[in-house]
Amino acid sequence: MNGGPLHPPEWTVQHRGPDTVLRLAGDWIACRTGVRSPADARRTVDEAGNGTLRIDCAQLGQWDCGLVVFLRMVRDRARAATGIRIDDAAVPQAARQLLALTAAATSATHGSRKVAHKSIAVRAGENVLRAGKEVGLATALVGESALRAPVALAGRARTRAVDVLQLAGEAGFGALLIVAICNGLVGDILAFIGAVQFRRFGAGIYVADLVGIAMVREMAAVMTAIVMAGRTGGAYAAHIATMQGNEEIDALKTFGIPPFDFLVLPRVLALVTMMPLLYLYGCAVGLLGGYVVGIATLNITSSAFLVELQEAVAGRQFAIGLVKSLAFGALVALAGCHIGLRAGRSAAEVGRAATSAVVAGIIGVIALDALFTACTNAMGI
Amino acid sequence: MSRDESLLSRLEVRNLTVAFGTNVVQRDLSFEVRAHSIFAVMGGSGCGKSTVLKAMIGLLSPATGTVLVDGEDYEAAGERRRIEIRRRFGVLSQGGALWSSMTVGENVALPLQMFTLFDASSIRALVDLKLALVGLESAAEKMPSELSGGMRKRAALARALALDPDIPFFDEPSAGLDPITSNRLDDLILELSSGLGATVVIVTHELPSLFAICDDGIFLDGETGRAIARGAPRSLRDGCGDPTVRAFMERGRRATDAARGTGS
Repeated sequence: MNGGPLHPPEWTVQHRGPDTVLRLAGDWIACRTGVRSPADARRTVDEAGNGTLRIDCAQLGQWDCGLVVFLRMVRDRARAATGIRIDDAAVPQAARQLLALTAAATSATHGSRKVAHKSIAVRAGENVLRAGKEVGLATALVGESALRAPVALAGRARTRAVDVLQLAGEAGFGALLIVAICNGLVGDILAFIGAVQFRRFGAGIYVADLVGIAMVREMAAVMTAIVMAGRTGGAYAAHIATMQGNEEIDALKTFGIPPFDFLVLPRVLALVTMMPLLYLYGCAVGLLGGYVVGIATLNITSSAFLVELQEAVAGRQFAIGLVKSLAFGALVALAGCHIGLRAGRSAAEVGRAATSAVVAGIIGVIALDALFTACTNAMGI
Repeated sequence: MSRDESLLSRLEVRNLTVAFGTNVVQRDLSFEVRAHSIFAVMGGSGCGKSTVLKAMIGLLSPATGTVLVDGEDYEAAGERRRIEIRRRFGVLSQGGALWSSMTVGENVALPLQMFTLFDASSIRALVDLKLALVGLESAAEKMPSELSGGMRKRAALARALALDPDIPFFDEPSAGLDPITSNRLDDLILELSSGLGATVVIVTHELPSLFAICDDGIFLDGETGRAIARGAPRSLRDGCGDPTVRAFMERGRRATDAARGTGS
């Protein structure tokens, strides 16, 4: 099959007595002379009418699957229309054998299931049911971790300390730089906005209060949690989803190692211990950022800023921030693990799991923060 | 072992139907796996052998039917009891399913660390032994991703044997292995059964190993979704009238005939 000039494929139907002859000529090379359409095949068979359809290949030049696909369409069409028999004795033996293989394959795949088309109402209903089930499962996971965490801490679960330490290292130490950058910049931004507004009233010193309360009570916990949702929650989901795809989770189960103890608990413990530490670190960097910008843009002394800051940020603010960061840590880890464990078994599912873990983590953190704010407001703290 | 013991069934499957949603893979399977036998689950590709195996080890809950392990209903047992029952199993899945974030040695060691009270040096010795049994003693420090497909399979086999299971399940243990290694695996499986008294359930396509080691089995048909033959692969080869079973077994006979023809 070299690159010489090719003759376009031709086919003619001739009636000879009771028989019909399908005469094939020219070169039937799929990539170079094209593939005939099903309509061509249909027309050929319809033209042939009833009786035996003999295929004559005397004029046939070069051929490849371009010929086989045409013959297959002719054969299938002839089979659908009753009363036509195909005599393919003259077809090259190799082509006949290929055709025979496709016959075996089609008969084996008969009875493949049909994809049912669902209406919008059905799909909406299914989504609602799925969402309800999802909420139930997520709640069960929260409950399970509350029950199993003390067991694990007592060393009686199938959780390895070495895993917890390694995960804590990855989540904690690895995130120092990005947590510093985010919180430092948020501190800067708060100080800038505060300075511009407060200066008009000659109340520049209150920038210290703004930066202090906003960072310690809200921003450091939320920003750190969002960073961790993107960095660690997504990684947990992707890791566990990949394990799911490789049947590694099944392997754990067959050994009687509960995936919850072995995979979920270490991650929850790691994030729940690391998140408050990162929060404190984020606070420190954020306050430093606010301090630097405050001193640079306003006409106040360093000691005045620090004294004001000290008065503004009571221990209570730190307590609120710490409680939040604990909750955020558990939320991000559980969302990542839950979504990873529920993922399907393909590469696309890994990507989807990572995406939804990040989205669920970020939305969850913000929603939970709103809930905290409402609660602390109601309690007057 | 006494004569009576060898007639006991370790696993009993009653009216088992496995399905994914509405797509029924196999229906109404009933069979027993005798103690100390090497039981083959046979059938063409895609007929649901691995799915049936998954139902037998409890990874997939059957649509209907029960699986009894030593006379105990697996599905009806609570989660805690199920985990205990599972500990008698050792499972080699089709893809190997090594834990990819651990080295081969750690993969074999993890079940030992989790379920035994051995110290680190005993675990090390056991891991070396299991890896040596499958010819991988030098790969203990490698990550699964650094191994070839066949090596991964063997490492997974070593892991399945880590806890010396009573009932090992092997899903295509010798697929993708060269004939020599494959032969060695057959010897190992025979040794597990006759020497250590294990009851082996094996899914395989490899006709030579089927005939060489399996003394009982079931043939699943993908078209009808039912079991169509029951018995030792050798006797199915010689005396089964079913055309599908015959075609499956004949392929091997023709191949050996051809080999004999060129050899002499």
